[in-house]
Amino acid sequence: MTIFRQTALAALVVAAATQAQAADLTLDIQLPELAVAEYHKPYVAAWLENGNNEVVAQLTVWYDVDKRNDAGKKWLKDMRQWWRRGGRSLELPADGISGATQGPGDYQLTYSLDKGPLANLPEGDYRVRVEAAREVGGRELINLPFHWPTSEKTIVSEAGSSELGKLRLTIQP
Amino acid sequence: MFNARTLFLSLLTLTAVEAQAHRAWIQPALTVLSGEKAVVSFDAAVSNTIFIADHAALRSNGLNVTAPDGSVREVENLHTGKNRTVFDVTLDQQGTYRIGMASSGLSARWETEDGKRAFWPPRGEKADPAEFSKKVPADAKNLSVSYNSRRMETFVTAGVPTDGIFTPSNKGLEMIPVTHPNDLFAGEAATLRFLMDGEAVEGVEVTLIREGTRYRNSEDAIELHTNKQGEVVINWQGAGRYFVEASYRDNKAQAPATQRSGGYTAVLEVLPD
Repeated sequence: MTIFRQTALAALVVAAATQAQAADLTLDIQLPELAVAEYHKPYVAAWLENGNNEVVAQLTVWYDVDKRNDAGKKWLKDMRQWWRRGGRSLELPADGISGATQGPGDYQLTYSLDKGPLANLPEGDYRVRVEAAREVGGRELINLPFHWPTSEKTIVSEAGSSELGKLRLTIQP
Repeated sequence: MFNARTLFLSLLTLTAVEAQAHRAWIQPALTVLSGEKAVVSFDAAVSNTIFIADHAALRSNGLNVTAPDGSVREVENLHTGKNRTVFDVTLDQQGTYRIGMASSGLSARWETEDGKRAFWPPRGEKADPAEFSKKVPADAKNLSVSYNSRRMETFVTAGVPTDGIFTPSNKGLEMIPVTHPNDLFAGEAATLRFLMDGEAVEGVEVTLIREGTRYRNSEDAIELHTNKQGEVVINWQGAGRYFVEASYRDNKAQAPATQRSGGYTAVLEVLPD
C-alpha cells in the first residue's frame, strides 16, 4: 500500500512536471476573403527573429508546391523580407516547414518551445514575422513581438490591412 | 559617294558626342530571382530620360554576362531596335551575375605645327593601339595623352547572393560593393567602394538618380564623393531602380598617358522594406 501510494505520487509529479514544461508557441493566421477579379492563394511565410534582427528559426512557408518542375518557386522571392531572411538559403520543400498554399480562412500552427529549433532560446526580445505575397496582388508584413522567457501566458494580437487578416501569437511558458 | 561618306562620318561623330551627353543603361526586369533556371529580360538604351527608351538603342558590342562561377557568356535573344536593345539571360547557376561591358584605351590631342587641333583616334574612328606611336607625334605642342576606361553594368541574383564576380580586374574605374547590389533595401544605407586600376581612390564623383524622373520636375540626384577608402555611403530616396554614374580623373597614368580617366555606370534596384 505504501509502496503503491509512493509510486502513484511519483507518477503525478512526473505528469505535472511534463505539463509545466510543455511550453508552446502558437500562431493563428487569418487569410482574408478578397473581392478581386483574379484571385490566387497567397504565398505566406513566418519566421522568428531575435532582438538583433537575426533569424532564429523558420516557422513555415506556404507556396505552390504542386506545380510541375518546381515552377511555384518562382514567386518565393515576392516575400521579399522572408526571401533575404533565410528563405533564399532554405532547401525546399523543407520537412515540417513548407506546405501548400491556403485560401481564405483561419489557420493555427503550434511549435514546441522545449524541443527543436525553438528550445533553449536565450533571454531576450523576439518577434515572429508573418509575410504574405499574392500573385497579381499585394504584399504585407506583420511583426508580433514578445519577450522570452515569460512566467505567464502571453498573447500578442495584430491585424493586417490587406493580404493578412487577424494574427495572434500565444506563448505558453 | 563623297557626300554619303561625309554624312556617315558626321553621323558617327554625332553619335559619339551625344552618347556622352546622354545616359546609357542596361536595365533588368528583375534583380532578385527564386527557383530553377529563372530567365531575366533586359532593356538597354542610350536615352535622355532615365529608363525611357527615347533616343537610341545601346550597341551591343562587348556586351556579355559573367556567371557566378566567373565564366563569361553571351546574352540570349538579342535584338536591337531603333530606340532599345533587348535580350535575356538564363540563370542556370545559383548566385550573382554581372551583365555589362567595359572598354579602355588611349586618346591624345595636340596642336599641329600650323596651330590646328589634332586628335587621336580621329573623331568617330576606333583606336588601334598599334597605331599610337606612329600617329601621335611624341614631341607635339601641348600634347595630352589620356588613358580612358568605361564600364557599364548591372547585377542579378538567383538564390543566395554571391561575391565571385566582384574580383577586381584592376583595369579602369570599377565598383566593388561592400553592401551586395542585389540586397538593397530602401530603409538601409548601402556602401559601395570604387577602385581605379585596382586601388581605392578618394574623390570619385558618384551620382545616383532614382527612376521616374519623367514624372517629376527635378532629377533629385544624390551627389557623393568617395572617401580615402574609396567608399560612398548611400541613403536611398526610397525603393526603385537607380541609375548610378561615377567618374574619376587624375594624372597618375602610365606612360605614354599623362592622365587617366574612368567612367562607370550601373543600374541598381532598391526594394521596399
